Amino acid sequence: MRLDLQIIQQWVQPGHRVLDLGCGDGTLLDFLQRERGATGFGLEINPDHITTCMGRGVAVIEQNLDTQGLGNFEDQTFDIVLMTQALQAVRRPDMVLDEMLRVGREGIVTFPNFAHWRLRWGLTLKGRMPESDALPYKWYNTPNIRLCTFKDFEALCRQKNIRIKSRRVVDGQHQNSWLARLWPNMLGEIAIYRITRETP
Amino acid sequence: MPDSLPTDSVGIVTPQTLHFDAPITLACGQTLESYDLVIETYGELNADASNAVLICHALSGHHHAAGYHTMDERKPGWWDSCIGPGKPIDTNRFFVVSLNNLGGCHGSTGPSSINPATAQPYGPDFPVITVSDWVQSQALLADRLGIPCWAAVVGGSLGGMQALQWSLDYPDRLRHAVVIASTPRLTAQNIAFNEVARQAITSDREFHDGRYQDFEALPRRGLMLARMVGHITYLSDASMGEKFGRELRDQAYKFGYDAEFQVESYLRYQGERFSEVFDANTYLLMTRALDYFDPAYEYGGDLSKALAAARCEYLVLSFSTDWRFTPARSEEMVNAMIAARKRVSYAEIDAPWGHDAFLIPTPLYTDIFTAYMDRVAREVGA
Repeated sequence: MRLDLQIIQQWVQPGHRVLDLGCGDGTLLDFLQRERGATGFGLEINPDHITTCMGRGVAVIEQNLDTQGLGNFEDQTFDIVLMTQALQAVRRPDMVLDEMLRVGREGIVTFPNFAHWRLRWGLTLKGRMPESDALPYKWYNTPNIRLCTFKDFEALCRQKNIRIKSRRVVDGQHQNSWLARLWPNMLGEIAIYRITRETP
Repeated sequence: MPDSLPTDSVGIVTPQTLHFDAPITLACGQTLESYDLVIETYGELNADASNAVLICHALSGHHHAAGYHTMDERKPGWWDSCIGPGKPIDTNRFFVVSLNNLGGCHGSTGPSSINPATAQPYGPDFPVITVSDWVQSQALLADRLGIPCWAAVVGGSLGGMQALQWSLDYPDRLRHAVVIASTPRLTAQNIAFNEVARQAITSDREFHDGRYQDFEALPRRGLMLARMVGHITYLSDASMGEKFGRELRDQAYKFGYDAEFQVESYLRYQGERFSEVFDANTYLLMTRALDYFDPAYEYGGDLSKALAAARCEYLVLSFSTDWRFTPARSEEMVNAMIAARKRVSYAEIDAPWGHDAFLIPTPLYTDIFTAYMDRVAREVGA
């Protein structure tokens, strides 16, 4: 199993209500339901993904975060709101974070680090828009319109009084790497943040 | 009908009439002492009776949902596109039950049936039936068939309302409710269209206050107009445009008021055909059942409160160009289910055919419906 999913599932307890924003084909929710005894919904807009979710018993709702938001979910009705590899693709990540922590006690966010050395290398030396395993698109067709670095994200959390409960950093294949732990903002490709507005 | 049946057809089917002797008390306060329900079934009920699916029909529907009555039948049942071997409601796995609702005009007891108390047709004396009444009669049908709990109750439009009502009235007797192209309540505009249809019927001179059978008359004109206006609301502007555009039956304008545009003659034809086969009192009854449906009404308009007791899982589907029951109406339902903490899946299917899209198999609709029902089948071991 992918390391990021392995890390996330450790934070989900039996009976937890989970909302997965951009749930894809429902792999993670399916796993959390079967292995961790969680319940919940996935939101998705891709019709093929929606079909796959329905076939595997993941409750999925067609809902576009950019145009519809999360207004149909009441305050604090989920234990965990997940957003894996989608924060960089929404129009207003700052507002999505607020909404995540309005409907849920805790958020888990993963996104690619735009300050990874290979991306820096691409831009600085080659003068081209960077590409990597985590960001495989061209500049003109990328869905990733709000790229940020780990430092940027943490600054935004500070500004919004969002507490980072933990952070794990993995490489582009979602593998653990001692290098990424050593100098995350330079050597880490994907981070998994666990955030909340609750005080410890 | 071709010489041989398609391999994904349920084949030749024979309706059955079931007689019910125990009185049924209706929402209006009246009681029917006895009544008949006409049903068709497809597939086999499994040993633990867990694989049964109930099909609920819409305004002008009936029990003949799939297959053919005879080799000469021109068209198969009204939802043949979704019911059959390998189709979304797979009859190799499910035992499918489809009925003509109480108040209908296809064999179940309704306004055109003989009232045993008077030996005359009920006509306008037949009680107004509600969605809840239908669900009650369907539960009695389930008892008769030995089905303690449906794997799924499925319906489109008015049929979807019955699926929703099932989840509220008999929460322990269904595992899934599939609510397609439906709404939790009619809007003023929906009721307005129904009222035009009813006025067309009741103002027909042949209607005779609903006692046309006594006069050996039929309010054909009124029923035809009712169907014409209804039919417009089932299609979309785009689909009508594509089908007819401004096409004329002849080359040039005739400067008169006969049916010159293709769309006019189509609507007249549809209306006329319908008026030959459908009962006017049943049409009034069905539209009234639509108007009255509002499960949130008793809960101060809060649908999520109405849903509190529900235990099933929901699939809600809407269609992008449906302006009769818009996707927004389905989303209203979905949001109430979320607020009530029910399990629900929802998709808006992109399809150009307006409300009628729920009867037309498009790839995404078929895929989603199949995926969901496949999972229902696995869940009940079918």
